[in-house]
Amino acid sequence: MNPKTMDLKTFKGGLHPPDGKEFSADKAIEICPLPEELIIPLAQHIGAPAVACVEVGAKVKKGSLIANARGFVSAPIHASTSGEVIAIEPRPHPMGKALPAIVIRPDGADSWDESLKSANPGDLTAEELKACIQAAGIVGMGGATFPTHVKLSPPADKQIDTLILNGVECEPYLTADHRMMLENTEQILDGIDILRKVLGIERAVIGIEANKPDAIETLRKEAALRNIEVQALEVKYPQGAEKQLIDAITGRQVPSGTLPMEVGVVVQNVGTAAAISAAVRLGRPLVERVVTITGPGIKDPKNLLVRIGTPLQFLVDQCGGLNGEPAKIIMGGPMMGQTQLSLEPPAIRGTSGLLIFRKEDLPRYEAGPCIRCGRCIGACPIHLQPTTIAAYARLDLFDEAAEYHALDCIECGCCTYICPATLPLVQSIRYAKAAIMAKKRTL
Amino acid sequence: MENQLYLSSSPHIHSGETTDKVMRKVIYALLPATALSIYFFGLPALSVLLICTLGCMGFEALSCKLMKKPIALADGSAALTGILLALNMPPSSPWWLALFGAAIAILIGKQVYGGLGYNPFNPALVARVVLLISFPVQMTSWTSPAPLGSGLDAITTATPLGEMQTAVMLTGKLPELAHSGFLDYLTGNMAGSLGEVSAIALLLGGLYLLWKRVISWHIPVAFIGTVLVIGAIFWAVSPEKYPNPLFHLLTGGLLLGALFMATDMVTSPVTNKGMLIFGFGCGLLTVLIRLFGGYPEGVSFAILLMNAATPLIDRFCRPKIYGQAEAKA
Repeated sequence: MNPKTMDLKTFKGGLHPPDGKEFSADKAIEICPLPEELIIPLAQHIGAPAVACVEVGAKVKKGSLIANARGFVSAPIHASTSGEVIAIEPRPHPMGKALPAIVIRPDGADSWDESLKSANPGDLTAEELKACIQAAGIVGMGGATFPTHVKLSPPADKQIDTLILNGVECEPYLTADHRMMLENTEQILDGIDILRKVLGIERAVIGIEANKPDAIETLRKEAALRNIEVQALEVKYPQGAEKQLIDAITGRQVPSGTLPMEVGVVVQNVGTAAAISAAVRLGRPLVERVVTITGPGIKDPKNLLVRIGTPLQFLVDQCGGLNGEPAKIIMGGPMMGQTQLSLEPPAIRGTSGLLIFRKEDLPRYEAGPCIRCGRCIGACPIHLQPTTIAAYARLDLFDEAAEYHALDCIECGCCTYICPATLPLVQSIRYAKAAIMAKKRTL
Repeated sequence: MENQLYLSSSPHIHSGETTDKVMRKVIYALLPATALSIYFFGLPALSVLLICTLGCMGFEALSCKLMKKPIALADGSAALTGILLALNMPPSSPWWLALFGAAIAILIGKQVYGGLGYNPFNPALVARVVLLISFPVQMTSWTSPAPLGSGLDAITTATPLGEMQTAVMLTGKLPELAHSGFLDYLTGNMAGSLGEVSAIALLLGGLYLLWKRVISWHIPVAFIGTVLVIGAIFWAVSPEKYPNPLFHLLTGGLLLGALFMATDMVTSPVTNKGMLIFGFGCGLLTVLIRLFGGYPEGVSFAILLMNAATPLIDRFCRPKIYGQAEAKA
């Protein structure tokens, strides 16, 4: 199918960064071998960190519960292979500092915990399915890592009518979701069926950017039989941002300061759907995910199926090692990813990619004065005036920044990317947001 | 290895389109008009161009030095102001007039406000208007084109708009040139300031800027469209007294103003809606000044007046943010 002939939906604003997907888009998912030790942090999701329920010296199997969720907005954590717990201590975390982690030395057998039970989703009620998802520690795998069972528990007064599956993958360089859609099609569709049952709704739409025509075609063939829509979307960043995706597919806009359920929509990443299928049908908790290891700083970019807790250095070694001297190590994509201090931290549940740039890939610019070109305004997918908010932020005028809706910023980075004066716009807005939130808390 | 790693918050890539590249593209876009002005008006045009451009760059460097700021010539904005100023000067301008214009543009038009990005008015137009009011004789002595190699001597003459105003004032009727000569106006074979003569060269540059997305269509289309529509209304009412809208379009500074001066980012609104209002205001004022004002040409005044309205327009044209309407409901 020619994507140009498809009816492409989109949102207003956004831009077209070079997509960089050629490094890894046609590399089939490979299984990453076992490293010498797995570092499994207790904080891998939005919400309260999990609480360890094993002791040093404990023998665990793949999928064994090793940390309990703390409260509702939290998620339990499981061992990603069989072996021995050799330490529970602070270790380098992708967030930038050392945080508590359970360290496992693999025994090499990689055997699953026998107590894990498989089930036929048809035999379970919606509540049982949801409990299954919660127990498996499923979190949003697009990178936000919001516990999935929370998203699936809307208050009774919110009527949900549409489930949107995010297969957009608009971040440049990342191809993990693309490969998942091609290679794990059945699992994704099964996960969608489970999600529809949990939510008690019929309508499900998979949104995919038109730069992945093979994924659109593959899913369309299979999805039609199950009454699942596949919607091709214009290639534009940030098409995969939750609010922009909802706008493109349903034409509804999530009111400022509320959640998608306000407009009757639940959004889940395609990878999350696959994980849900594995959790229910195979009884397997979320212990592995696909990570794109890529960028000009990697010799042989790949899409790897990685056990949670595998150190980044080990991932690089599986991809032929570093290509030249690394200048920036990014967990995630180039628009919203997080820079790393080293390759010591492990891949966690939210790790969609590991991107490495060399010095020559990163031209550095001196910031100049705003020339009022308005490009940041045209690019902002929320239709904010980034340069105005940033100017107020630089002067510590936070009330004014709030009045220009700083809190609505989704931090996609379009403004900074496009600014000819190379001003750190989104960075200034983040600063303003933090100050506004702090002020709100003290009131 | 750790010591050599960059740590920063996202995004980690940039479009590469920086201020100096934007300015450079505008300069490229002005090349056809600049080249044609040298062809039509010869060495005097070249000297005005050089004095204005080098003068602006010199005053920019001087003021940065006096204010102990880094010398900001690399961003290309001073050179661009110089070229735009030159294109707004009569070819016969004496050297001191061009140099004085450069000083006004940079010192009064730009640097007193804090330099690039902070000036409320288009610096080149500030200079042009100051010169026009202070030196009306020099600023309105126009010469006929004497293309290079044609052997013609430049003789003093009036611009088509000037001739029209005089004729309408004296006889109440349009002169012959308001009905014919459109081919000359199109190529630039008429009297006028350096840059306002060739419609084709200006359009070429404008299309380049649109293609490269340096400017958007909103201001030029609103500006020119307004002039054409209002011009056409007057023409339809009284064709012997008011000129054909094409005459408005092809003579005087409309194209130069609408494509290159009104689209100056620093001094025009930032939103599309604001740009449309801005362009409409420029067009309306231009026609009114041309038909009823004391000056034959009104583009500069129109743009400067609308520059003054820009902060107000921006205030009233704040974009409607995502999800805001629903939040209020």
